[in-house]
Amino acid sequence: MSQKITIEPVTRVEGHGKVTIHLDDQNNVSQTRLHIVEFRGFERFVQGRPYWEAPVLVQRLCGICPVSHHLAAAKALDVVVGAGTGDGLTPTGEKMRRLMHYGQIFQSHALHFFHLVSPDLLFGIDGDPAIRNVIGVALMHKDLAVQGVMMRKYGQEIIRATAGKKIHGTGAIPGGINRHLDPAEKESFLNGPDPLNIDHMITWSLGALDFFKGYYKEHKEFIDNFAQFPSNHLSIVRKDGALDLYHGVLRAVDNEGNRILDDVDYQDYNEYIEEEVRSWSYMKFPYLKHLGKEKGWYRVGPLARLNTCDFIPSPLAQKEFEEYKAVTNGKPNGMCMHFHYARLIEILHAAEMMKELLNDPDLLTGELTTKGARQPEGVGVIEAPRGTLFHHYRVNEKDQITMANLIVSTTNNNEPMNQSVNRVAKSWMNGHTEITEPMMNAVEVAIRAYDPCLSCATHALGQMPLEISLYDASNNLIDKKRT
Amino acid sequence: MNEKIKIHIDGKECWTTNGTSIIDAAKENGIFIPSLCHVDGIKPAGSCRICNVQVNGRNMTACSTPAVDGMHIESNIPELEEMRKAIIEIMFVAGNHFCPACEKSGNCELQALGYRYQMMVPRFPYEFPEKGVNADSKYIYHDRNRCIMCKRCVRGVMKDGKHVFAFNSRGGENLHIELDTELASQLTEAEALAAMDICPVGAILKKERGYYQPIGERKYDKEPIGSEIENK
Repeated sequence: MSQKITIEPVTRVEGHGKVTIHLDDQNNVSQTRLHIVEFRGFERFVQGRPYWEAPVLVQRLCGICPVSHHLAAAKALDVVVGAGTGDGLTPTGEKMRRLMHYGQIFQSHALHFFHLVSPDLLFGIDGDPAIRNVIGVALMHKDLAVQGVMMRKYGQEIIRATAGKKIHGTGAIPGGINRHLDPAEKESFLNGPDPLNIDHMITWSLGALDFFKGYYKEHKEFIDNFAQFPSNHLSIVRKDGALDLYHGVLRAVDNEGNRILDDVDYQDYNEYIEEEVRSWSYMKFPYLKHLGKEKGWYRVGPLARLNTCDFIPSPLAQKEFEEYKAVTNGKPNGMCMHFHYARLIEILHAAEMMKELLNDPDLLTGELTTKGARQPEGVGVIEAPRGTLFHHYRVNEKDQITMANLIVSTTNNNEPMNQSVNRVAKSWMNGHTEITEPMMNAVEVAIRAYDPCLSCATHALGQMPLEISLYDASNNLIDKKRT
Repeated sequence: MNEKIKIHIDGKECWTTNGTSIIDAAKENGIFIPSLCHVDGIKPAGSCRICNVQVNGRNMTACSTPAVDGMHIESNIPELEEMRKAIIEIMFVAGNHFCPACEKSGNCELQALGYRYQMMVPRFPYEFPEKGVNADSKYIYHDRNRCIMCKRCVRGVMKDGKHVFAFNSRGGENLHIELDTELASQLTEAEALAAMDICPVGAILKKERGYYQPIGERKYDKEPIGSEIENK
């Protein structure tokens, strides 16, 4: 008799999810699904609001990376106010936004690695759940826990200085930014007392990478093989192929590294990307149109970004990038746990970029905004911590938003997360009729690698625990566990 | 006419000029009486009732009642403070006051009074009104769902001697303030900005004027409402 397993709620990720696993008559996994069970509907209720409210309103999607939504919306509305498609802002406008964004990447990645992921690495997937959490890390690896907290604090302070608040600021406005950087704050970020200065952040970023690489050396088989599978990868890259998290052109590669989307203008994203709706999840399934639903899905996020870009335009991160690429001989990397490796390289890159920007005099003086001929619609794309984020708005002649379409990073990773869950379930649950705690955590580890924000993906609100349900072939619930 | 008179507010001896409203007399003497419908230079309407004070035990609106020599006025007493808080709470639930994304946040008098009266949780049910918006004129975005019916705009926003805003309907749920789109379209950018400033909440917005003033630099970010009078 076949069976169905449900994991609900999924823990140590942002939002609320549920996994169901169906077993066949031989108790082998026949089907897995990651269900996103929340719904909020920002795209609908932003309609009718004046367009300048959008960057402040839609960022309420999320309390973890609101800056990404804030900036993606502002970028889309830059187009509407005639300020160009991402590269038409004043130097001050663009650089202040970039600083805000790198602060965001830095704090969000630090939160994910130190608070959400490190317990799995330090205590093992099957470690005692009582200590396999951030409190356990704080108790047994105090230095690491403090680093995580302080790195996050530094990033949050950068956000406050550029956006006005650590969470849900108002810095980016259509056509630019509403403030300069305070000179005293700039000095503090650059040369403040340890550890809250940029050089210390760079040192700690390198230290986190060393920690991971040491772990990788000892657990190579796990890191390389856990939920690994080939896929397409998508991100924006700078026009010269460099890693650029704020602005660029859309590029996608297949698992061999062939370009399947060749540096196209994201204003035309609708021509290349389509979203499929499946009845069992509120999260849509995007795919590249020309490849179809079956072959067109792709990964986004740190792993994808380091697969699509040609180089990283900051020296320390570039050196790490070269070492990282050597693992796969320069080919695209499909190893799920390498998301963490890539994420740590991005932390280092973000720290280097912040240092470069903080030394730029344009942050302290210069025109804040610009505008030109009004346009009826605009698309803003940014590389959020979790991956490529699309915001698309249409605005009528009365300044009201008439249409909004958001494709959130985690939504882009929907199919890959389902694929990962499927692989883990097959390797951990085939032949079992009961869910054990390590099994549940293994499924979660696979989902967690993507750093999903399920609240954002469904534009929904709530905590993010996971529930797993196990069903037999007759669709009878035979086991259910919550974490 | 400029005769000096003596009154008492909350037991404090105050001096003012004969004919001055109680609210202005209090202000002259460093006492803040809250109000949402009163604005300097415009004829008082007594419509928001937040400035209610007790004169010889009777409730009177401080904005529209002239001070008279020898008056004994109570303002900062629990009964009135509780009533003011209740009115503010009712105004919040009667409109769609979504502070997190409102351009007026930090400059909004209703929000500022909400903080002053420590409005922590809604005690009345939300009404979620659907009174619509008027975005037809060039510079003004009029969101009727945020209107608190204070009539400041009706009294204070004029173009060529004509009222740009007016009450529509005669009461009940249908009562709302309407924008004369044709007249509003003749407003200059500066006049539209002045209209936005006269509104104590975010019902009247100047188009394309979103978040230019950073958080932390807004009026009530710097000091709470009333402190400009009380700390004088």
